[in-house]
Amino acid sequence: MRPPSKAERAAYAIGLVLLIVGHGLALFWVPPERMMGEVGRILYVHVPAAWLSLVAYTISFGAAVGFLFTGRRSMDHTAVASAEAGVVLNALLLATGSLFARPTWGVWWTWDPRLTSSAVMWLTFVGVLLLRSVVHDPERRATWSAVSTVMAYVNIPITYFSVQMWRSIHQVQSNPGTMDSDMVFVLRFNAFAVLFLLLGWLGTGRRIAASIDARESAPPLESP
Amino acid sequence: MTGLFGVLRREALLEWRRPGRWSSLVFFSAAVVLLVAFASPSEAALREQAGGTFWVAILLASTRAVDQAWQVDLENGALEALVLWPVEPAVLFYAKVLALTATLTTVALATGPLILGMYDAPLRGDVGTLLLLLVTGCAGLAAPATLLGAMTAQARGASVLLPLLLFPLVVPALLAAAKGTSVLLEGDPMGQAPAWLGILVTFTALHWSLGGLLFGRIVEDG
Amino acid sequence: MATGMSIAGRGLARRFGPRWALAGLDVDIAPGELIGLTGPNGSGKSTLLRLLATALRADAGWLKLDGQDAWGERSELRPAIALASHATGLWDDLSAAENLGVWARMSGVAPDVIAQLRRVGLDPDRRDPIRTFSAGMKRRLALARLFLRRPRLALLDEPSTALDVNGRFLVRGLIEELISSGTTVVVATHHREELDGASVRWMALQDGRAA
Repeated sequence: MRPPSKAERAAYAIGLVLLIVGHGLALFWVPPERMMGEVGRILYVHVPAAWLSLVAYTISFGAAVGFLFTGRRSMDHTAVASAEAGVVLNALLLATGSLFARPTWGVWWTWDPRLTSSAVMWLTFVGVLLLRSVVHDPERRATWSAVSTVMAYVNIPITYFSVQMWRSIHQVQSNPGTMDSDMVFVLRFNAFAVLFLLLGWLGTGRRIAASIDARESAPPLESP
Repeated sequence: MTGLFGVLRREALLEWRRPGRWSSLVFFSAAVVLLVAFASPSEAALREQAGGTFWVAILLASTRAVDQAWQVDLENGALEALVLWPVEPAVLFYAKVLALTATLTTVALATGPLILGMYDAPLRGDVGTLLLLLVTGCAGLAAPATLLGAMTAQARGASVLLPLLLFPLVVPALLAAAKGTSVLLEGDPMGQAPAWLGILVTFTALHWSLGGLLFGRIVEDG
Repeated sequence: MATGMSIAGRGLARRFGPRWALAGLDVDIAPGELIGLTGPNGSGKSTLLRLLATALRADAGWLKLDGQDAWGERSELRPAIALASHATGLWDDLSAAENLGVWARMSGVAPDVIAQLRRVGLDPDRRDPIRTFSAGMKRRLALARLFLRRPRLALLDEPSTALDVNGRFLVRGLIEELISSGTTVVVATHHREELDGASVRWMALQDGRAA
């Protein structure tokens, strides 16, 4: 495997520093949430995870489309690395959502439209990664996972819309207008922390994918 | 779209020559209808769930149906032969989707009366709209199932993956079809059925277009 | 009379996972030529045939059929190419006549099914589902399928496999017919005597290269 690039190391370092500072702010600086109290602080993990999982899926979709047009294997490496990152962040979002639901509403799971669509989205992308694991030919694997990634991503809005219509009874989406400006600041701060970690991860994930690809593909031909 | 008719005729002939294929699907969905009844707490709950149970049965049957449909073409390399004949991949895709839609509609038409009778579900709504919803729902499930099934049937040992890939993807279609059916069974007092039908039509249009675009990449080499 | 296709390729290479099945091969075949392709198992014969059939895309090198890029112009080239591979491309539930009828209709040619079946000696069994057929009978039917249209390039991958003596005569007859009508024919075989007496040019492969 190639050694990590400077940019990758830097992204991890910046992300880690921002993450520590951001969580310090979230835990000790921001006043407790009015409605939910101290429990509300889990939102500083939950919301950035939600935002950045969507960012990761979007990168994955872009790379998948890029692969389908250009056939460049490096696009496939980006697509898989960001799909994996998206799945991990998505899992974090679901876990924190569940932890948040318990003290707030007294249940481990709430069929809130956003949480429910995230669960569906998570399963869809887990499916894409599982499909990769059963295809052995690198070229075919790249093509098929690009096709299934496109399907999974394009499906997100209609899933969200239909789930929302199904459960149109829940709390209104909180947006920065209804929130305290300190809270918004810390949320955005933490989102940047996760963004840098995501960028670092994309570097690592791409290197891993490239080395798997290199191991499973024939080496370039030597001239006869 | 030249040649669509010839390819469709082939699908029909294949179904005709092995009627066991679709009749087993009818029994499969009947078994689901029966099993859900045992899992349900009360007859009232059963009645309320009739629309949802119906579509879950169709969805489960669709995974069997699409796997069979591709196996037939993979057994002796007919899929590759078709691509080389050449049949345009999009033509091949739409023929397969139309055939699957027809198969699922058949299963649905057989399962519908069964569920109405066994679950004692009411039928107060407009039957024409219900049939429209039914055909659209089957068409909506058929497109992503055909595309994903083409992949999972070709990769060795991957057909177990099909439900895992398909189920989360068809959540909007299942939701819209199940809710639409439920409200129509109740006579659609709030006038919600058109909205659900709208989602279903959107989903179907989306996946029919996407499938036609992407299918070639699955059956052609690289 | 249809003239055969010309084939020109340089540095043709194709990999499957970690293996190069073809590792840089040059081919030049004139229209109407008969080529015998030999080489041990895994030497790249089938891969070459599948590249010529536009079933595969080359990972390196280029291939031109009739001066056109084989992969780029595949939809135009394919109707004129017949590949008889190990897969028969038939449906077991359909009868012999139905199988050919389906293929004929998809290409828009008038189904000249009975004549084709007679040619390969299967007309007495034409109504039986071919799942009852022996491997040799299916092989004959697969050949009949390819002659529903007159190909300009015929690619035969070990055509005599599973065939009895009569079947081999049949294959020999088909090849001669193709040649006399000007078709370019490439036959992969382990048995040189199969093409004895014909004016054949031999190409030997070894490890994906010309031996």
